[in-house]
Amino acid sequence: MLTDFQAIMPILIVTLSAIVTMVAEAFQPKQERAPLAGFGVIGLIGAAAASVLLWGYDKTGFGVVRADNFSLFVNLIVIAVGLLTILFSPQVIERERIPPGEYYALTLFAVVGMMLMAAATDLLLLFLALEVLSLAVYVLTGIRRAQFQSAEAAFKYFLLGAFSSAFFLYGVALTYAIVGSTRLEEIAATLAVSDQAPDGLVLVAMGLLAVGFAFKISAVPFHMWAPDAYQGAPTLVTGFMATGVKAAAFAAFLRVFLSSFHTLHDSWAPMLWLVAVATMILGTVVGVVQANAKRMLAYSSVAHAGYLLVGLIVGTRVGEAATLFYLAAYAVSTLGAFAVVAVLATEEHPHDRVQDFAGLWESRPGLAALMTVFLLSLGGFPPLAGFVGKWYIFSAAIDAGYVWLAIVGVLTSVISVFFYLRIVVMMYMSDERALVPTPAITRSAVAGLTLALVAVFYLGLLPTHAIELALTSVQGMF
Amino acid sequence: MLALIPLFPFIGFIINALIGRRLSKATSGGLACLAMLVSFGVAVVAFWRLLGLPAEARVIDETLFTWIASGRFQAPLTFRLDPLAGLMCLVVTGIGFLIHVYSTAYMHEETDHEYARYFSYLNLFAAFMLVLVLGANLLVMFIGWEGVGLCSYLLIGYWFDKQSATDAGKKAFVVNRVGDMAFIVGMCLAFASFGTLDFRAIAAAVAALPPEVTWGVLSTITLLFFIGATGKSAQIPLYIWLPDAMEGPTPVSALIHAATMVTAGVYMIGRNAVLYSHAPLTMEVVAVIGVATALLAGTIGLAQNDIKRVLAYSTVSQLGYMFLAMGVGAFAAGIFHLYTHAFFKALMFLGSGAVIHALHGEQDMRKMGGLRRALPITYWTFLIGALAIAGVPGLSGFFSKDEILFRTFASGHSVLWVLGTATALLTAVYMFRLIYLTFHGKPRYEGAYEGAQEAHRAHDRAAHAQGTHNHGGGGVLHDAPMAMAIPLVLLAIGSVVAGYVGVPHALGGSNRIETFLEPSFSPPAHTAPAVAGTHAEPGVALSGEGAHAEADAHGATHADTALELTLMVTSVAIALMGIGIATLVWLKRPHVAAALAARVPWMHRLLLNKWYVDELYDATIVQPIKNSSTVGLWKGVDVGVIDGAVNGTGWLVRGSAAGLRLAQSGSVRIYAAAFFVGTVLVIAFYLVR
Repeated sequence: MLTDFQAIMPILIVTLSAIVTMVAEAFQPKQERAPLAGFGVIGLIGAAAASVLLWGYDKTGFGVVRADNFSLFVNLIVIAVGLLTILFSPQVIERERIPPGEYYALTLFAVVGMMLMAAATDLLLLFLALEVLSLAVYVLTGIRRAQFQSAEAAFKYFLLGAFSSAFFLYGVALTYAIVGSTRLEEIAATLAVSDQAPDGLVLVAMGLLAVGFAFKISAVPFHMWAPDAYQGAPTLVTGFMATGVKAAAFAAFLRVFLSSFHTLHDSWAPMLWLVAVATMILGTVVGVVQANAKRMLAYSSVAHAGYLLVGLIVGTRVGEAATLFYLAAYAVSTLGAFAVVAVLATEEHPHDRVQDFAGLWESRPGLAALMTVFLLSLGGFPPLAGFVGKWYIFSAAIDAGYVWLAIVGVLTSVISVFFYLRIVVMMYMSDERALVPTPAITRSAVAGLTLALVAVFYLGLLPTHAIELALTSVQGMF
Repeated sequence: MLALIPLFPFIGFIINALIGRRLSKATSGGLACLAMLVSFGVAVVAFWRLLGLPAEARVIDETLFTWIASGRFQAPLTFRLDPLAGLMCLVVTGIGFLIHVYSTAYMHEETDHEYARYFSYLNLFAAFMLVLVLGANLLVMFIGWEGVGLCSYLLIGYWFDKQSATDAGKKAFVVNRVGDMAFIVGMCLAFASFGTLDFRAIAAAVAALPPEVTWGVLSTITLLFFIGATGKSAQIPLYIWLPDAMEGPTPVSALIHAATMVTAGVYMIGRNAVLYSHAPLTMEVVAVIGVATALLAGTIGLAQNDIKRVLAYSTVSQLGYMFLAMGVGAFAAGIFHLYTHAFFKALMFLGSGAVIHALHGEQDMRKMGGLRRALPITYWTFLIGALAIAGVPGLSGFFSKDEILFRTFASGHSVLWVLGTATALLTAVYMFRLIYLTFHGKPRYEGAYEGAQEAHRAHDRAAHAQGTHNHGGGGVLHDAPMAMAIPLVLLAIGSVVAGYVGVPHALGGSNRIETFLEPSFSPPAHTAPAVAGTHAEPGVALSGEGAHAEADAHGATHADTALELTLMVTSVAIALMGIGIATLVWLKRPHVAAALAARVPWMHRLLLNKWYVDELYDATIVQPIKNSSTVGLWKGVDVGVIDGAVNGTGWLVRGSAAGLRLAQSGSVRIYAAAFFVGTVLVIAFYLVR
């Protein structure tokens, strides 16, 4: 009993803080503003502490939640994502007149869903976690109810999300029909003993599960919702989706496909190979022609899903660790970039077109420098986090014999630099000056950006510690 | 603790680089000096701790963190203090500190902003140099190696509004790049061969192998490293940047281009002594290149008129000596000379700086003369330096240079010995030519005052010099101020006494420095536990090193003593002869020099123009590369092929993107349809397979 609760302790803490946030808003006097963000920050830090304390114990709760190092590592990533998002938020909430209680509570519930997704060892619980996460994010996407674009984005996301959930659930059902269980370890055990060629039905079930995951990570051709939803959502929510949701979905994808279906690696790898190549190419190529910074970052996140898939396809321990590391590196860089876009917006002007960045170097040299660092990290420049992430993933691919994947990855990375640098060129080398206001930014946003910056440099300059943690965290996974 | 040694100068660099422009000169200069002083203090303490250990166990490792780990490749950021590194640390921080102090006075005419920039570079240099020295593996050493190269570039081109300074900076950078390339390739090859970059690990691996008598991988690695060393330490064929580097401020020439950075190549070979002893073919190359450089630079030094250029060629020449020592396996002797040379060469550079300072930037010795009375401190200290480098008995240079020549002869390289001794003669001659032209004879500088102003624009820039600065406009000359005089005196003392740690056996000494350095040049001792007195490793016995180890253990034999004494007397005679010739030609009968130059004009021109090596390189390397780059690579390959490919790719990407984005219509039905088709394809893929 005690172990059960220990295992879900981080999840429990964040859930409690979400509930407290909601209740606090309900009970606060009309004119007064309770420090709602504070509850979230405390909850997330508490969950991080709990995760650190649980490190190495590999507790299992209620038979279906596993607090192994893998899920704890993912916890730390999504907690960082949640924390940075909350730090960036106050200014945006004020500006957009978003109800703060709902906003923070939904963000925290989404984090709960993410943590649960990484820890679930039962397909049904996984599905529930996916829905907890998705529902929260659907609402967050459309939280600016008055805005037509936001509502449209939320609706599209919701429709297609429901569609993909159906496929995923169908995959779960088929798996149950064949194996007679939805527990991951039992699926693995059953599949491991049958040594003849895999049954067609198993492959269909696996394909449907893959489709469900591919939707959440926005892999081609299941990515089409992403640019629209990313553009329509409030910028910070976009950053949150692009990093947290992706991290959680990848964690579950890794766990399911490399534990339950690991014996069928030879069957699913070629299919995902094609998906990864298509994702990398389409994400970068279409990203090149975008004129909207958020849309460009959306395509960039599609392309990064492709690089992350490479780590999954490789299927080795090193590949998995590289994927985890990449998730962390990608999360801090992307969140930082989205945050810069978000804090530059004003009520009248969203500041999200590429030409809005013209001459930012003169008006806001600090923000321009930060944006440059984050974009270069996404493009994979040393000595930043993104470079090391790409390097580990591609070297894992080459070690495992997936040379072509690495080649496609490197080439598309080169193309992707074009659109990252376009913003940098706009900021530093454009003769024009964007005549848009550049508002002052809050102290918490400065703190968040500083944290992200430090993380980008830390992971880039001294990656060894993080990569070793990632390696230990995948060691005891299965 | 070891990390603190480079850390303090680095902090100094950060502070001066970030907020230096807002600090007064006293603060920024004082800060830089303080950083060096603290660093020196830490180095002394670390060295003390090292001395406290038993001789065989004198290694202190300190791993800060694992910098890169990727599969088999591990690169921890490890610092290591052993006798060799300890000695170098003391030289770098100690002499570095003195030169920092000297600089506070020498650079005082700069603006606050420039002053801080100067000291930030100087501190950064010291930090990188210490990283180079303390690095426990090739990669960490390489960080320092590149870092000091960068600082050297920045400081040569410190007066960047002067065309010749920026050109010299670029030349140094480009020439060094050639060497660095070889170093990188050597490093990769070393990793491929030994699976590690750690010096001790490599030494242990190599010690197990027999010496490589035919050309093979060890010879290739060592040769590649040596090419790197010819770049950094200005040896044939890459020495050409060093004389031009004198465009930088004089203290920089003293610190970087005489006492410390340029010795990095020698240090690197010392660090890899075991590796080099197993590649006798490379050793021969090192020795021959070393003595050839020594001789060539010595002849050029005879005919130069710029005081700093004479010293620059003298540096090249002395570095040649050190490589000669390395090449004949006398690693300790080479490092010993490195150490003594740091004192007297820094002293002479700073002395020349004091002369230049007094003359407001004049560097041409033909416009000096008779400065002996006006600048007594400078003169006497300079004289000590010159006596030391000439090899007059009792001063530091005598012990180290003699040790090298003796080892050369004893290892059977009698031809190299003859050439080395000839170089010693040249050294004495050109050094005393410098002394006589600068400090003796009739003053020739008053009339040259206008030219001096032009020659040195940095001083010119501080236009207030004549007004507020009491050097006086062409009137009374002032000797070095306190901050410059004290370093001169201390370095002069060092130039005298530094040699006494290495008094040879033949003179009744015990050559303590060689015994002390010995463990650094032997394979790690863990295989053979320290048995006092017997440390002749079989692997090393084939080189001169082995002979030396034995000499240490059993005391020099009688024959050796006799030989050493004979050689010693010879070289003392040579040194005195050189001084005599110089006295005769440039002091007693000044017309002889002119007559000599007129008698063999081609010879004089050849030396004055430095054997036309720059012109030769320009014609055979620079111009062909430039031409083929312009015509072939730029207009052909770059514009045609590469730009074409880039633009073509861009066009292709944009074209296909334009098509693909049509699918992104915004209609949910189309999205759902794509989703469905995708799912069908995934399922079909499985079922068809």
